Amino acid sequence: MADEKKIAAYICRGCELGARLDTDQLANIAQREGKARVVQQHDFLCSEEGVQLIRNDIDNEGVTHAVVAACSRRAKTAAFSLEDVAVIRTNLREGVIWAQPDSEENREITQEMADDYVRMGCAEARFVTRPAANSEAGSSKIILVVGGGISGMTAAQEISKAGYSVILVEKQGQLGGWAGRLWKRTPGKEPFADPEDTKIAQMVQSIEEDDRISVHLNATVGRTSGAPGQFSVDISTASGSTVTENAGAIIQASGFENFDASQLPEMGFGKSPNVVDQAGLELLAKEADGKRIKRPSDGKEVESVVFVQCAGQRSDKEGELSYCSGHCCNTSIKQAMYFKDANPEIETAIIYNDLRTPGNGEDFYRNAQRKRVTFTKGEVSSVETGGSDLEVRFKDLILDEVTSLSADLVVLATGQVPNSGVDVEAELEAETAENDGNQAGSKQEESLSVSVAVESILNLDYRQGADLPHLQHGFSDSHFICFPYESRRTGIYACGPVRRPMDIAQATEDATGAALKAIQAAENAALGRAAHPRSGDLSFPSFRKEGCTQCKRCTVECPFGAINEDDAGYPLFNEGRCRRCGTCMGSCPVRVISFENYSIDTVGQQLKSVDVPDEFEEKPRILVLACENDAYPALDMAARNGNHYSAYVRVIPVRCLGSVNDIWVKDALNCGYDGIVLMGCKKGDDYQCHFVKGSEMAHYRMSKIDDTLQQLQLEAERVSTLEVEITDIRRAPQLLNDFVDQINEIGLSPFRF
Amino acid sequence: MGSTNTAKVDRYKNNFLKEVEENVEEGDWVRMCMQCGVCAGSCPLGPHWDHPPQEIFMMIRAGKRDEVLASDSMWMCTSCYNCIVRCPRELPITHIMHGLANYAHRLGVAHQENPTRRFAQMFWNNVTKTGRANELKISLGLYFMDGFMNGIKKSLAMKKIGIGMFMTGRLDPFGLVQGRGCKGSGDIDKMLKKAFEIEDHRKGYNS
Repeated sequence: MADEKKIAAYICRGCELGARLDTDQLANIAQREGKARVVQQHDFLCSEEGVQLIRNDIDNEGVTHAVVAACSRRAKTAAFSLEDVAVIRTNLREGVIWAQPDSEENREITQEMADDYVRMGCAEARFVTRPAANSEAGSSKIILVVGGGISGMTAAQEISKAGYSVILVEKQGQLGGWAGRLWKRTPGKEPFADPEDTKIAQMVQSIEEDDRISVHLNATVGRTSGAPGQFSVDISTASGSTVTENAGAIIQASGFENFDASQLPEMGFGKSPNVVDQAGLELLAKEADGKRIKRPSDGKEVESVVFVQCAGQRSDKEGELSYCSGHCCNTSIKQAMYFKDANPEIETAIIYNDLRTPGNGEDFYRNAQRKRVTFTKGEVSSVETGGSDLEVRFKDLILDEVTSLSADLVVLATGQVPNSGVDVEAELEAETAENDGNQAGSKQEESLSVSVAVESILNLDYRQGADLPHLQHGFSDSHFICFPYESRRTGIYACGPVRRPMDIAQATEDATGAALKAIQAAENAALGRAAHPRSGDLSFPSFRKEGCTQCKRCTVECPFGAINEDDAGYPLFNEGRCRRCGTCMGSCPVRVISFENYSIDTVGQQLKSVDVPDEFEEKPRILVLACENDAYPALDMAARNGNHYSAYVRVIPVRCLGSVNDIWVKDALNCGYDGIVLMGCKKGDDYQCHFVKGSEMAHYRMSKIDDTLQQLQLEAERVSTLEVEITDIRRAPQLLNDFVDQINEIGLSPFRF
Repeated sequence: MGSTNTAKVDRYKNNFLKEVEENVEEGDWVRMCMQCGVCAGSCPLGPHWDHPPQEIFMMIRAGKRDEVLASDSMWMCTSCYNCIVRCPRELPITHIMHGLANYAHRLGVAHQENPTRRFAQMFWNNVTKTGRANELKISLGLYFMDGFMNGIKKSLAMKKIGIGMFMTGRLDPFGLVQGRGCKGSGDIDKMLKKAFEIEDHRKGYNS
């Protein structure tokens, strides 16, 4: 293999690189130490002429690996994306000359830094192979949409408009979902003043007439297996028949259920038929069909109605929803208008705590005030159902007094509970706990009491469980801070209120986004490429079976459920589902997992190639393993903004902190590095890690590194794991400088030779 | 005037909001308040009010007729217009406050002790008498508003300014006995009478 490789190094002298660095020396290093067979220098490498220089060598000299020692890998990507060779970018501009002050006393250490980066680039080149696409990729581009409500229907229409075929599965006997049960919807267009027709009927009709959309009513998903591009889905209908369809990607738009108002006994729901929830009022409004709404108990025309906002939500009581469902204020305003529009004399009061009218709801709210809907800031304590009229007791929060209102009808604004299927992680926890002989955790009971659905939506045939993992409050998975559509099951996208509470306007927008993500996933899968965030990456993990100990760590730690086990217990990689983060590689204790262009060696050899000065020179060497998504760009941008950092650090980008294998840390310490910094994204509930769990795994693994350090008789402070955001252009260099100061205090590593 | 008040109560039953909308200047804006409290926070006299504007609006909506009309809050307004400038809903708060004060006064249920109200009344009486404000009488009236001893004290405190104004011809001591009226003060009486007549007719006061 190594014989076929021909490494060439190209050293750029542009952007002041030539002035700040001794490029002849770099060329020398690339040739002697880096074993580059071709070494060229150029004054402007990213120019047409410079790129042609590389091209000529590829064509004439048979160069297979090009080490481009110029700017950061994030710059000039178009110029240096050379087909048919492996390109290794060595960051001399952002990583060296911009990160260091331009002064005589810094010249030597800046040059040392550049020397090392050239060594590292050549070392990496020796172990990189150019990845080829996975030949086993599936090529189905049909998109399965689960759920026929406003979100599902919108997604189906958008996909069809883009020219792709859709299978739409709906549990009920008709399309429309909750939106179909509404009398009118909150306004979606100028001037946002009055309730509007839902237009659901037209939407259903256009879907039925659409040749590209095949609708399955009264149907559920019985089983889903496979991966993006090659999902195999069993669709079971109520009549008992089952059809199996192929799909390239899946959109889960399973929506929500209303919070069960009978769990609020003090609000009188169930005690009096005149206390209804918002869905109940829609039913009454549909019956009235624009005429006066009648109260259910005796059919009397309603003369006064009170809306109770935040009923059973934004509450800290057990069994109630702690979150705001976002749509209910606008919905109550809309419903109050049902009454006012039928007869302005009907007394309508909305008792709210904080009126939240997202979108263009403010105009809607104002118009309700014009229509003389009374808005009262208060906290409802109870609804008395004793007399013929209802009595709503509440505390007026502006006037600070306990008072009451009587009404013919009371409407409770209960919230949305996601219809997100099985809580796979809670299930797994319970299983583990059971295996350990413990009682199931109380946390799990809590989450179960809130979710209404225990039936699985997707019935995934994955070892990680039947549905998308749940987030807080039981909503379906979503990378909600950075990439709201992404989920931890590649090719499966949740949209609409199953992902977070939302109204029709938001669900429409959400579904449109998910439709595009699904198409993208199917297209990528067909080409054997990775989905977001390494979209387009052709590399995929492989493992050396002889070395594998079947420890299952990779299958457990993979954030995306991409690895199953075969009958013998060996990992079974599912490339379609793989996001190429390398968390499996980082987890493997025997280091048998690797990618063609990213492996234990590509990083390990880089860090070993660094020239560690002997102890008398008093120049520490710090290894920085930086997440390529946030930390590495942050350092690049810091340098561009003139925020310098220590010249003693050597930064190696990693795909995700989760891909960092302990062996790199051990090797680095053995090589004489004085300290190691791992820079990754924010972990925890509000994670920013592109691969969801990678940063968390790395922190966990590094928390155990202390034992190793102790064995080596080293101080625990020599290894530090930090959370860095992409915006930390001042903080990230500061962190590195502080770390170097700390290492200087502790003293240099005793492992120097 | 108490009978006007009773008539209004009878007419609007418990719907004080409607009463305000139909009788108070700019009163139909009251329902547009969204209770953000910016007016209360902007008012330089805020800490001295029983009820800031936003609370007054809420009380109107809650039908607290007696408390609102008898409150001295709206009399505290100094017309600085901070609230109007800042109100996100663009309510003419200052005007509403004056409207409420005026309405309460006309119904005869306004706050009796509030000095602003007493001064306003004093000013009104003074200026309508001759059609021209008699500054000396107004100032002295203001000084002696809270009793004879207080009046003497305040007058002495202002002595220097008074003498200074006299020396520069800005104060006419004879104004105390005769004062200068405007030409045809009888016509002013007629104008005011007609204006009252129109207002009473429009707003249903039977004064």
